[in-house]
Amino acid sequence: MGMGMAMTETNPNSFRNQPDDRGHFGDYGGRYVAETLMPLVLELEREYRKAQADPEFQREFDDLLEHYVGRPSPLYHAERLTEALGGAQVWFKRDELNHTGAHKINNCIGQILLAIRMGKTRIIAETGAGQHGVATATVCARFGLPCVIYMGAEDVRRQSPNVFRMKLLGAEIVPVTSGRGTLKDAMNEGLRDWVANVHDTFYIIGTAAGPHPYPELVRDFQSVIGREARQQMQDRIGRLPDLLVAAIGGGSNALGLFHPFLDDPDVKMLGVEAAGHGLDGDEHAASLLGGFPGVLHGNKTYLLQDEDGQITEGHSISAGLDYPGIGPEHAWLKDSGRVEYTAVTDEEALEAFQLLCRTEGIIPALEPSHAIAAVAKVAKDMPKDSVILANLCGRGDKDIFTVAEKLGVEI
Amino acid sequence: MNETDPMSTSTRLSNAFAKPHPALVCFLTAGDGDTAANLDALVAGGADVIELGMPFTDPMADGPAIQQANIRSLGKGTTTADVLRIAAEFRARHPDVPLVLMGYANPMIRRGPEWFASAAKGAGVDGVICVDIPPEEDDALGPELRAAGIAPIRLATPTTDDKRLPAVVEGSQGFLYYVAVAGITGMQQAAIESIEANVSRIKRATDIPVAVGFGVRTPEQAGEIARVADGVVVGSALVDLVAEHGTDAPAKLRELTASLAGAIRAAR
Repeated sequence: MGMGMAMTETNPNSFRNQPDDRGHFGDYGGRYVAETLMPLVLELEREYRKAQADPEFQREFDDLLEHYVGRPSPLYHAERLTEALGGAQVWFKRDELNHTGAHKINNCIGQILLAIRMGKTRIIAETGAGQHGVATATVCARFGLPCVIYMGAEDVRRQSPNVFRMKLLGAEIVPVTSGRGTLKDAMNEGLRDWVANVHDTFYIIGTAAGPHPYPELVRDFQSVIGREARQQMQDRIGRLPDLLVAAIGGGSNALGLFHPFLDDPDVKMLGVEAAGHGLDGDEHAASLLGGFPGVLHGNKTYLLQDEDGQITEGHSISAGLDYPGIGPEHAWLKDSGRVEYTAVTDEEALEAFQLLCRTEGIIPALEPSHAIAAVAKVAKDMPKDSVILANLCGRGDKDIFTVAEKLGVEI
Repeated sequence: MNETDPMSTSTRLSNAFAKPHPALVCFLTAGDGDTAANLDALVAGGADVIELGMPFTDPMADGPAIQQANIRSLGKGTTTADVLRIAAEFRARHPDVPLVLMGYANPMIRRGPEWFASAAKGAGVDGVICVDIPPEEDDALGPELRAAGIAPIRLATPTTDDKRLPAVVEGSQGFLYYVAVAGITGMQQAAIESIEANVSRIKRATDIPVAVGFGVRTPEQAGEIARVADGVVVGSALVDLVAEHGTDAPAKLRELTASLAGAIRAAR
């Protein structure tokens, strides 16, 4: 094939070459921010391009992931769960074993290295379940930068162990009371802080959403999950899995797992949204299955909203999934049909949580409990030699109080 | 194009900025208090341009005063149809006073940009300020507004450098809104030296009028800015009066607007 035929980044048959140079994933994504932030997100993009081309940046990132985060995370064959479900083999990517207990740290390491390259001296972040807040506070402590975490007042209440962790790590926690005091409102306050402190502040966004280049760079930093899993699958069973499953709030753990497999046509993918009390009512957080495209927090994507474009509040038992939007790449992957999306209820997630505790001796976070519930539904109808790989993206220590309350147990 | 609205939108806005004094642009959130009576008070007090806020659940660029106004308005059940009706009734009462809608992208594009441009035109709206559609995303609404004869009013900020300024100015109509502080509405005021330097920098890049807002609360501040800009935007201070005085707000609004207008007229 001649050089003119080289098919690299512009390969139209690839699902892995999004976004375009304006940060658009098809109709989604983009840079819908106030003018004050525009020069900043453009600078961030330039700086990210330079970092991508800098082997020293990659080396430092890899080194911290290995020696500080504890990567690669194990690939684990859940044999007792497989047996209990009676169908496909279930494997887990064990990102709950990372330092700080979730996948969030992968992204925070990447972003704080960018912040330092850009000479920023103050870090802000939003958090829902508190996992991203803990991960951000952790990297700030590690690099000696002051850290302000915006957290919905309601989430401060239901995630008190993580609030204390962040304080131990030296972060300042700002409870947000506007709106209903959840993740969306925390993100609004984060953006308000950023717009007033653009000169010295770096905003570490916790999921693959927000203005370009955030959805791309968060995905890239999280893709270590899928790259490792791909190699580990080859090493362990000599082939790729048949189905990938991951829970979706903003969608960063799912994209991290899915993205390196997107051009493997035999690998199917299932993203699992939070159906809360059920998709029939308003008490869910399933933006893709129950929302419409719109613009919020710097990007165009599927949103929970009314007919006038007012954003409605999500609901989920899991604070980390309780967000009315979703990363724009998921919106594009849904429309393109490459990834299938489903939703499971609070109750189903709670059952899956207990199932994993009892069959595998692993207490999962409520977020991946949604993925496990979806696995439980599909595994039994798949042949026993087929392989499901699910992302166990966080551990459940933080959730035991919520779970105890739901189970009517006093602790 | 509209029988009840013979004056073209660009004429109303350009007339406002062709007066012998800089224009006073007054902001209120639609559906917060008795909006019709409050808007009439602004006009009676001497407002040259009315900026009507479309309430949104997530007003990310706004400080506490306007956030609360949004919450109050939405709490009363204000819809997009209500906002457009408030605009249309204002237009019927004040055929000569320019009216611009200010808000966020999502409520504007929910039914499609053509729908919004046409509905706004039908309501006699002259311009639209959309906080979260920068020039890079102009395709989301700009072409439809321009086709309908509505001015897309862009924002420039202290962070808009000279390299970016041409892109901001290009396709902007009516006036350019200079956001005096890198921050949210209703908070601190920028130093007048910084405002003067930035306004003259912007005016080197464009012929359209430049109005200055964010952090302007008092007649003294308005007068100071009026010496260096084509217009002064006041929002949170007016919204605070609506919050504080409820049905008695019109008299207070008229009083503050008159003193702002007086300071601006005395400025040069």
